[in-house]
Amino acid sequence: MNSIQIDSPRPMGGRKISVASRVWNTPSLLVGGLMFAVLIGLAVFIPFISPYQPSEQNLSAFLQHPSAEHWLGTDQLGRDLFTRLIYAARTDLKIMVLAEIIPFCTGVFLGMLAGYYGKWLNTLISLLTDTLIAFPFYLIVIIVAFASGAGERGIYITFMLVGWIVFARVVKGLSASFREQEWVASAQTLGLPGVRIILRHLLPNVLPQAIVVLMTDMIGLLVAIVTLGYLGIGITPPTPDWGTMIADGRSFITTAWWLSAVPGLAVVYTGIALSLVGDGLADLWRKK
Amino acid sequence: MMRVSKTLNKSSGGAVSGSWLIWAVIRALVVILCVMTAVFFIIRIVPGDPAKMILGEYSTPEAIQKMRHTLGLDLPLWEQFFRFVKTLFTQGDTGNSIIAGTSTRALIVERAPVTLLLIGMACVLAVVVALLLAVLAATHKDRLADHLIRVIPTITLGMPVFWVGLLLILLFSVRLHWFPVGGIGEGWTGTLYSLTLPAITVAFSQIPTLVRSLRAQLLEVLESDFVVTLKAAGIPSRVVLFKHVLRNSALPTLMLLGVNISYLIGGTLVVEQVFGIKGIGSLLFSSIAKRDFPVIQGIALYCAVSVVIISLLIEIISWWLDPRTRGKQ
Amino acid sequence: MAANTVLQVEALSLAAKSKKLVENVSFSLGKGESLGLVGESGSGKSLTLRAILGLLPRGIEQTGGVIKSDVSSAMVFQDPRGALDPLCPVVAQVAEVIYYRQKASRKASRIQALELLEMLGLPDSLKKSDRYPSQLSGGQCQRIVIAMALACKPGILLCDEPTTALDVTVQRQIIETITSLQRELGFAMVFVTHNLAIAASLCPKLCVMKEGQIVEHDDTLRLLQNPTNPYTRMLLDSVLPLPELEGSEQ
Repeated sequence: MNSIQIDSPRPMGGRKISVASRVWNTPSLLVGGLMFAVLIGLAVFIPFISPYQPSEQNLSAFLQHPSAEHWLGTDQLGRDLFTRLIYAARTDLKIMVLAEIIPFCTGVFLGMLAGYYGKWLNTLISLLTDTLIAFPFYLIVIIVAFASGAGERGIYITFMLVGWIVFARVVKGLSASFREQEWVASAQTLGLPGVRIILRHLLPNVLPQAIVVLMTDMIGLLVAIVTLGYLGIGITPPTPDWGTMIADGRSFITTAWWLSAVPGLAVVYTGIALSLVGDGLADLWRKK
Repeated sequence: MMRVSKTLNKSSGGAVSGSWLIWAVIRALVVILCVMTAVFFIIRIVPGDPAKMILGEYSTPEAIQKMRHTLGLDLPLWEQFFRFVKTLFTQGDTGNSIIAGTSTRALIVERAPVTLLLIGMACVLAVVVALLLAVLAATHKDRLADHLIRVIPTITLGMPVFWVGLLLILLFSVRLHWFPVGGIGEGWTGTLYSLTLPAITVAFSQIPTLVRSLRAQLLEVLESDFVVTLKAAGIPSRVVLFKHVLRNSALPTLMLLGVNISYLIGGTLVVEQVFGIKGIGSLLFSSIAKRDFPVIQGIALYCAVSVVIISLLIEIISWWLDPRTRGKQ
Repeated sequence: MAANTVLQVEALSLAAKSKKLVENVSFSLGKGESLGLVGESGSGKSLTLRAILGLLPRGIEQTGGVIKSDVSSAMVFQDPRGALDPLCPVVAQVAEVIYYRQKASRKASRIQALELLEMLGLPDSLKKSDRYPSQLSGGQCQRIVIAMALACKPGILLCDEPTTALDVTVQRQIIETITSLQRELGFAMVFVTHNLAIAASLCPKLCVMKEGQIVEHDDTLRLLQNPTNPYTRMLLDSVLPLPELEGSEQ
């Protein structure tokens, strides 16, 4: 089903059936988790798996077809494609996770404030999101990434500026409906301070949904990182990155099409893994 | 990135007509003002000196000072903003191009038609295909067709749009020779022909989100009471589906398009780059390569303002088409 | 009196996956007769109606029993506004039913539809301009729904809580409309409600349903005077004061 379904929040608690058995009964979570684990495992252990270095050139063995020696062949500079692919996973996945931390926290925090307190704060935050959302996502990403200078730093700044919107919107909706619930009113009449209600009661309720959204959003972020790399305003060579790999392979699309196709497939593979994990988590929390 | 679809949440039959419209317009105007401010700050908010970026790392301090003066960066911030707003309202753009010297507006207007055509084609294509798939999935709920269609978003969510474009070029242009590899053909038919593959690429990036929301939308309508009434009254289910259910799903589809239009424009800019189409996208990338800040700002401004206006128009159109908002007479 | 039976339900069972929703429900209905199905929400009475109509909600299946009927049936729903296509003018909706059901021309269908609406006491203003469900009151919408049902020329009218969503004053008018139409057109009726008083005033025979089963099935008067089942007694006690019971014996 739709992974951004907004379930009406309800108080946490209730019987805790063994977590392991519930995870076991959610196949998409298992499959997605496994796919992701394989990728991480490869990225961690690649120095022991591959005899090559990611930037090790061998001009006598350029543009080779896949073979036992070079599992996915070599590129125009004779670099082993498989090795580069996995080292690129290191770069891209690391940036994907790091770049998502700050937007996730700000988005959830602002969303809770706007949804819980409403009024002028809500108006202000929705004005801000409406303004930022008017800019086409790729347009603003490209401009900010360019203006803050190509490379990792540019990517972090870009997503710090625009990445929080998705979370703020979802969490705001959840928090606003949460506020309507009676036990919130009763907690207020008991004199609990707003901060306490937000941190102790609201946060645990919105977090599951926010994490589900995080999974889908990470896919979008990864695709954006790769797109920036492809356009030459993201990760700069020689650091291996899927986007620059696709861009480099473009010139050889008639003779060695896999140079562009394989890094793209790696992005798709990661996307499927994260998507399954997101769907699985949504299922898991809906069942409870 | 996904966006949560808006739903029709108007009160049924209240006297909302005039005041609602005025508020919507005021809101859009305020957002447009915010967009203008954001465009002004877009090159100032990030670290680094724009003048230095334009001239490169190794330029002389005098040249940088001169460039700062040309760009007005040596003035106090409020005066810069005043000048920015003045140009905006007198010339309708963000100043002259540093490289070409012509007005930003002229540059954008020259490139706009092909981009708009591409967006239009992609929109039509995306809606038609998404509707077909969504109808198929919704009418075969929990059967094979539905399961297959529901897997599509999971797989395609992680597909970079430029990569899809490359693969399509590889398959249809390089291997099958059905379409040109890039560029724009001669005349109307040539233009449409050469834009087909790019339009498919842009549409491809939109279809998963559209199918997902439309399927949910159709299921909601299919399971509503009036469908049962019509079926119970003996109206053929084919008529119920294509007349009543689709008509009821049309407005939410329009709203959904409004929400996605900004994403669609962004995708189009990138796809233009892949297919070598001389539209707004290629103008953006060439301006980035030449560090032509006013043009970059102009593109951002025009795109964002169009998005706000299109969203407002869609809101007004769906309000106008929906009899539920007309109230009791 | 049940020589010319129009509807026979035998041991009907309905289930969603493994959950039993309706079990072993049987009753029959003669020409022009009325039967009340009474019970709390979730007792399976609406589902029984949907089964008779042949339009079970998705995911619910008939697991046993037979439904025999040689006449057509039509249905009136609980929520009149939800039962009409919000984007289609009401007259067109009624006309559409006549067009497909009676194979009349488009023009003749519309004329017939307008006649039906007049018969149901809807205002003339409907003829002049296109009106949408949202522009009508709940009671008016319910009359449109009844018109659509009548346009099918039904042998049996299935009423699924047709008055629950309406104001009390409108409830009465709708019930009067239904009874007078029944007298005029002579269709049989199954009337589903949780309101024992309404059922008793409309139908000479009652079935009381609880948790998917019929717990009591008898003539209305006898059932009201000597309820054998404790659940019926409870329902009776909750309807105080008792309505004009005499009205039920026609």
